[in-house]
Amino acid sequence: MTDGTIRLDDAGVVMNGTPVWQHVTGCFTPGSMTAIAGANGAGKSTLLRAILGEVPLSCGTITRDGLHQRDFGYLPQARIIDRGFPISVTDMVLGGAWHQTGAFGAADRQIRQRAANALRRVNLDQQAGRMIDALSAGQFQRLMFARLLMSDARVIMLDEPFTALDAPTMQDLLELVGEWHRQGRTIIAVLHDIHQIRTCFPHVVLLSSGQAIWGETARILTPGTLQRAYDSTPGDWGNAPP
Amino acid sequence: MSLLSALWDPFASFGFMRRALVASITLGMGAGPVGVMLQLRRMSLIGDAMSHAILPGAAVGFLLAGGLSLTAMGLGGIVAGLGVALLAGLVSRRTHLAEDASFASFYLTSLALGVLIVSARGSNIDLLHVLFGTILAIDGPALYLMGGITTLSLCLLSIIWRPLVMECVDPGFMRMTGSRGGVYHMVFLFLVVINLVAGFEALGTLMSVGMMMVPAATARLWTRRLLPMMALSAGVGMAAGLTGLLVSYHFSLAAGPSIILTCSILYVVSLLASPTGLRAGRGASSWQGS
Repeated sequence: MTDGTIRLDDAGVVMNGTPVWQHVTGCFTPGSMTAIAGANGAGKSTLLRAILGEVPLSCGTITRDGLHQRDFGYLPQARIIDRGFPISVTDMVLGGAWHQTGAFGAADRQIRQRAANALRRVNLDQQAGRMIDALSAGQFQRLMFARLLMSDARVIMLDEPFTALDAPTMQDLLELVGEWHRQGRTIIAVLHDIHQIRTCFPHVVLLSSGQAIWGETARILTPGTLQRAYDSTPGDWGNAPP
Repeated sequence: MSLLSALWDPFASFGFMRRALVASITLGMGAGPVGVMLQLRRMSLIGDAMSHAILPGAAVGFLLAGGLSLTAMGLGGIVAGLGVALLAGLVSRRTHLAEDASFASFYLTSLALGVLIVSARGSNIDLLHVLFGTILAIDGPALYLMGGITTLSLCLLSIIWRPLVMECVDPGFMRMTGSRGGVYHMVFLFLVVINLVAGFEALGTLMSVGMMMVPAATARLWTRRLLPMMALSAGVGMAAGLTGLLVSYHFSLAAGPSIILTCSILYVVSLLASPTGLRAGRGASSWQGS
């Protein structure tokens, strides 16, 4: 197995007695860029959390070859974060250096410089001294990407990273994801926008009826598979631009 | 009587007033910052529940010591408070009940049990003391205990500051980093319990949470930064302690409720005067139509 591969072998998750998905087999190779798609409730975020080891498997295995916890960077859904908490933009982005500082260590000058650079990279350097509740949704998502930049992770996992963002913000953040991909990092992202998946993500895992269809995006996202996954008419998806 | 003598004489003349002042300042200093964090973690009602949860432990301490002993009742309160916190946490993890629902069930049970124990073996006066406190009867050992709890509380809070803050903002991130968010949560609940125990001799189990929550809510109206918020919360608690004792002395009112009501007055004034209070909502909005 290649170093850095994440492999699922007949994996399944059951929650509250109900199977979320079962018999999922496939692998995320190092440097791959994969979208996870599926209808609401299909278990997309659960799949991310299972890969992170947060959700116990009911069957099968997930192996993370040569990867440690510190190699993973995770961007949760924005709604999970308490944006009303009185914490500054700088303190929030410094959290990305947690693996260096630990829970009790101080951020030295080098780490602070990296934080400043990360904020500059996402065009948020002017907001460094503000509190997070003063940021717009787009600015907040830029902040979360800056924190990911700080973590310097080998595997970057994004849970609905572009939801409710305006087009320029989404474009900027997509460019950043592309940059991570070119650097050889593994990208796994839960996405809803089928057009975006087709244009930007070479691989996809489509969760449908408790199963996962895994492979190249162009081969997997057909009108038929999408209809089954989303239980809607093929026309909704078949006419989308390639 | 001059203003200066009105402010100075009660404390210069009476030792019990000096001890009450030191007690209320100590309580404000420890409980204020804890209260801010409790509110930011959206656990205000859990703080209230915890204040009731310590009652059966305090009652058992009362029985074992054969009277009002802060050490015995305090230790009993800590054990009972932490026991309820652990049980409520366990129930919320093992069932679909949320943590506040578990707390509500356990604290009502604890309150009933505590009142039953004290009333079965003590007098009504004892029960009143346990429920509403006796800040004017604070003695030296009780002051030492309060000082120790406040010192421990501020030290522990500063040690677990970063993980506690990050666990509040983004618990998923804490899990990702492999940090034990649950441990910091329990340490924080421990801080809540010991501060309530520190307060219950002075203000009783029913009102000790007031010194924690009302100053915190007041401070949140004036600043959006965490450290100044905690400092202001402590300051409001201490100022309310001083003012409440003076009001109680000069108008012959009960001291504990006077302190908490002073906190409440400061809160109402802040609601009216602070930039993020009621004034903030007064925008110019109107419907235009025919």
